[in-house]
Amino acid sequence: MHPAFSVIFLTTLIGVGQGLFLAVFTGQSYSTVELLPAEDSVRFYGTGAIIALVFLIGGLIASIFHLGRPERAWRAATRWRTSWLSREVIILPIVMLLVFIYGIMHYFNLDKVITTSETGFVLHLSLVIGALGSLATFALFLCTGMIYAAIKFLQEWASPLTVINYLLLGTMSGFTLATAFASYSAPALMNFFGIWAIIITIAGFITRSASLFRNSRIKYKSSMQSALGVRHSQIQQKSMGFMGGSVNTRDFFNHKTLLFLRSIKWIFILMTFIMPLFLLWIGLEKSNSATLMAAFLVQYTGLIAERWFFFAQANHPQNLYYQTV
Amino acid sequence: MTQLALVIDLNVCVGCHACVTSCKEWNTSGSAGSLSDDNPYGKDPTGTFFNRVQTYEAGEFPNTETIHFPKSCLHCEDPPCVPVCPTGASYKREEDGIVLVDYDKCIGCRYCSWACPYGAREIDEHQKVMKKCTLCVDRIYDETLPEAERKPACVMSCPTSARLFGDVHDPQSAVSIAIREEGGYALMPEWGTKPSNHYLPRRKTRLHIHEDELVRADNPLKKEQRGHAAPVDDTTLDDSTSW
Repeated sequence: MHPAFSVIFLTTLIGVGQGLFLAVFTGQSYSTVELLPAEDSVRFYGTGAIIALVFLIGGLIASIFHLGRPERAWRAATRWRTSWLSREVIILPIVMLLVFIYGIMHYFNLDKVITTSETGFVLHLSLVIGALGSLATFALFLCTGMIYAAIKFLQEWASPLTVINYLLLGTMSGFTLATAFASYSAPALMNFFGIWAIIITIAGFITRSASLFRNSRIKYKSSMQSALGVRHSQIQQKSMGFMGGSVNTRDFFNHKTLLFLRSIKWIFILMTFIMPLFLLWIGLEKSNSATLMAAFLVQYTGLIAERWFFFAQANHPQNLYYQTV
Repeated sequence: MTQLALVIDLNVCVGCHACVTSCKEWNTSGSAGSLSDDNPYGKDPTGTFFNRVQTYEAGEFPNTETIHFPKSCLHCEDPPCVPVCPTGASYKREEDGIVLVDYDKCIGCRYCSWACPYGAREIDEHQKVMKKCTLCVDRIYDETLPEAERKPACVMSCPTSARLFGDVHDPQSAVSIAIREEGGYALMPEWGTKPSNHYLPRRKTRLHIHEDELVRADNPLKKEQRGHAAPVDDTTLDDSTSW
């Protein structure tokens, strides 16, 4: 497939936003049961949620560039019964709304205590909103992944690994950003987020490698023989019926050499997983905010390469009909 | 239930592209607006077509066979492009099984074109909506046309009658009989899309002549040769019979 940068930025930016929100909410819920020190509402929870919201809005803006008719985008919420894309269109604003409410609730100290149990557990309204937001965030990861995994003849994508990778890679980048953010505004949580960022990065590395391994051994179900219905072992296309290009030759091919594709693969493995792991480790050892920020920036750049490769690697069966001019 | 479809006879198609041009002509002049056509005579021509004719070669020289292969939307019975549409712009008509796009609802997200294994959907780069073969839905029901002309433009234009049009659910229709009796098949059956359009395979007509068909045993020209056979010594029926 042809990797469209609108979709690359959409999926990577909302991934960071979702992951950061999950991290911030994890911080708050752990502090409620006193596993972590409570942080300042404005400086950490409020600001953190607002940064997450900025990433989600960034993703939404990027998605507009993918639409031919963005003014009709509201219509995309109508077919949620059958279309994962429609489901994503519904869930994304819900996530944004809940993150927004969670953010202003902390930022402007609007949080209310709902109930206090006998053991001293205080249930804040923000905790309920945050829990709903986390649920919606997981639903959004599922929708985003399923958009790709649901197309069964794009065999590189049609696997549960696609959904798992969207979940882990998004959460991973969010936790890395949370580590860098905590090192500035809540140093007590830096190690907590840092360790989780390392754990999720390793998990993501394993599942993404699994999908790379799977995709390198794919047996394609469609062939020239099934595409034409001619049973002959040697079939060559002599003409695709036109001499200029068409949507079929532009949208479904990556137009890059195998060497370029392979180098992007190694670049993204290095930048998404290996370098951030080192930078996180060094940053945590030395409590260096700049190194942790660098870990996030390197990882995000790596994710752009990773998403580019995700699209470029997918081989659409329609390409069988467009082998030669 | 009706399912309108095309049956394309690969044995007859000569790859003249008449269906491509007449399709483009009819559908660019229709009420739905023009089909994109940029630089048609320039360096990089590009545009939206509902129908393409491609050419393939099977085998190795000198034992080759040329296959001209017209390809348009197959109006699948289980179209994978329809459920993925987030707006419902892409739909399959209940009454005749034609898969259509509502150009007023389409947001141009291209997801349906990803979900079509045949590459039958092409986005219009100017109107920014997805387009595809409509089976000339604005023609086949047009009662101002003579009944014989209520067929898709590609079918009307085919000089070799390689394209048949009709209801593939009616077992007595010409298309159903052709599929049944001439070995009609569907493209990429492995995806379970159940395409309604079918293709008839290339067929070889071979004449089998045996030697005894070349040399007639009862050829009257050879009757006299029998006379030169060895004289008969035995008693014949004539000798043994007394009157």
